[in-house]
Amino acid sequence: MNLLTRTFSRAGQQFVEFAVHLARICQLCAQTLVWIFIGPLRGKKIRWHLTFIQIVRIGVNSVPITGIIIFCVGLIIAMQSAYQLERFGATIYVADLVGVSMTRELGPLITAIVIAGRSGSAIAAEIGTMKVAEEIDALKTMAMNPLGYLVVPRTLAMLIVLPCLTILADMLGILGGMTLAVVNLKIPFIAYFNQTASAILMKDFLTGLVKSFFFAIIISQIGVYQGFSVSGGAEGVGKSTTASVVSSIFLIILADLLFTMLFYSTL
Amino acid sequence: MQEPIISIRDLHTRYGNREVLKGINLDIYPYETLVILGRSGCGKSTLLRHLIGLNKPSQGDILIKNKNLVTASEQERDNILKNLGMLFQGSALFNSMTVGENVALPLKEHTPQPDSTIKIMTRIKLGLVGLAGFENFMPSELSGGMKKRAALARALAMDPEILFCDEPSAGLDPIVAAGIDHLVLKLKKAFKMTIVVVTHELESVFLIADRIALMHQGEFLFVGTKQEMKASDNPFVRQFLERRPDDDEVDKDKYLKSLVGTL
Repeated sequence: MNLLTRTFSRAGQQFVEFAVHLARICQLCAQTLVWIFIGPLRGKKIRWHLTFIQIVRIGVNSVPITGIIIFCVGLIIAMQSAYQLERFGATIYVADLVGVSMTRELGPLITAIVIAGRSGSAIAAEIGTMKVAEEIDALKTMAMNPLGYLVVPRTLAMLIVLPCLTILADMLGILGGMTLAVVNLKIPFIAYFNQTASAILMKDFLTGLVKSFFFAIIISQIGVYQGFSVSGGAEGVGKSTTASVVSSIFLIILADLLFTMLFYSTL
Repeated sequence: MQEPIISIRDLHTRYGNREVLKGINLDIYPYETLVILGRSGCGKSTLLRHLIGLNKPSQGDILIKNKNLVTASEQERDNILKNLGMLFQGSALFNSMTVGENVALPLKEHTPQPDSTIKIMTRIKLGLVGLAGFENFMPSELSGGMKKRAALARALAMDPEILFCDEPSAGLDPIVAAGIDHLVLKLKKAFKMTIVVVTHELESVFLIADRIALMHQGEFLFVGTKQEMKASDNPFVRQFLERRPDDDEVDKDKYLKSLVGTL
């Protein structure tokens, strides 16, 4: 009985903690989005030079690693599907499979996971270290809102960069599939290209892009939130960084599931 | 009587059930250097965080130039804060920026000056604290004392009327610490500034203070000049000045209970 009560009370406690975190993240997210979209009308500045720095850090510097990973994923998907389709002599449909799965699903998802691991954690670590070193307090005492100075540039950069990276990833993933098809399956380049072009519809591409916007919000807000909730020195920074990656990947997958369900039933 | 520039009225702070500040009243007058003295954990850092608007008290008012910091809106609070400078214990320089960019940041944010003017102002401030020529250094390339100086330059960037210092000489060797104390004295003479220093280092207190406020367990036990403090016969003031440790009386039963716990 004692064990049972303890188990339930612990589960309840964790649920309450989770709910509190979620509520705070939603609040932060709302404040940030209000600042980005309504703030400029009310005289709040958007610091474009800081946003630009973040675009370079989050986006431009991630192009090589994202590109290589998604190219490999394209190759893998092409190989796995060719293995099945060869039995029906329908290897040309590799193009359909790779094209549709890249644009609808894997392009946005893999990009988001790579960026969550690479840049979401960096956001959490940077803000966390700033908090530990009293830099956030220093900003506040200089009458500068950390939301406008730290959160908005990072969120805005993520919102700009992630869809761009996703488009790039879509293309490189398809290129990966195409490489395998041309080199290994001996499908002519032009045949593969035409097959891909006829397979992908605008809505496939757009649903992937819509997802990437939401992933951008998840990654940036979780990173920032974990950074601000750091306490207790270097160890706290490490914990928050890890938590930011784990929880953003979890939420990305969850959001992906929701969107895929939505698009599957309506589009 | 002069009107106080900072007026703290009946300030209470509670963390859960623990009362950290128990109804503090204090007036700080223009152009004086007030040192808030106390042992670690007595609530002096908490008080300082209230004074610079980082935390909100549970109850009470803080008037800075007759404007209430506690009830101020975001905009009003920012306007009050622009007149304050704060030197943090750990310097709190932005590590991703050079020393010059650190000092220039508040100027860039809050003044319409062109970059060339800001550059000159930055150099003036750095020269003032003895760091001329260091504007392109990163904070990580500076020693502890130099970081404090750079942080002081940043705190002075906006020509504040009130300067707050949290443990300005903590963690520095005696010579560098004395250097910081003398720098504060020099700045006080050069600019007409009200300076509020939080510390527990007695040597620097008697050097820089006009008035001293001694805090103990969330209350002010003593507020007065250096001479008054030296002449005070309050037992805690005496203990503090004579650097006597607490008498540790051990209650045997309590000690045993604490070891055994609730077994």
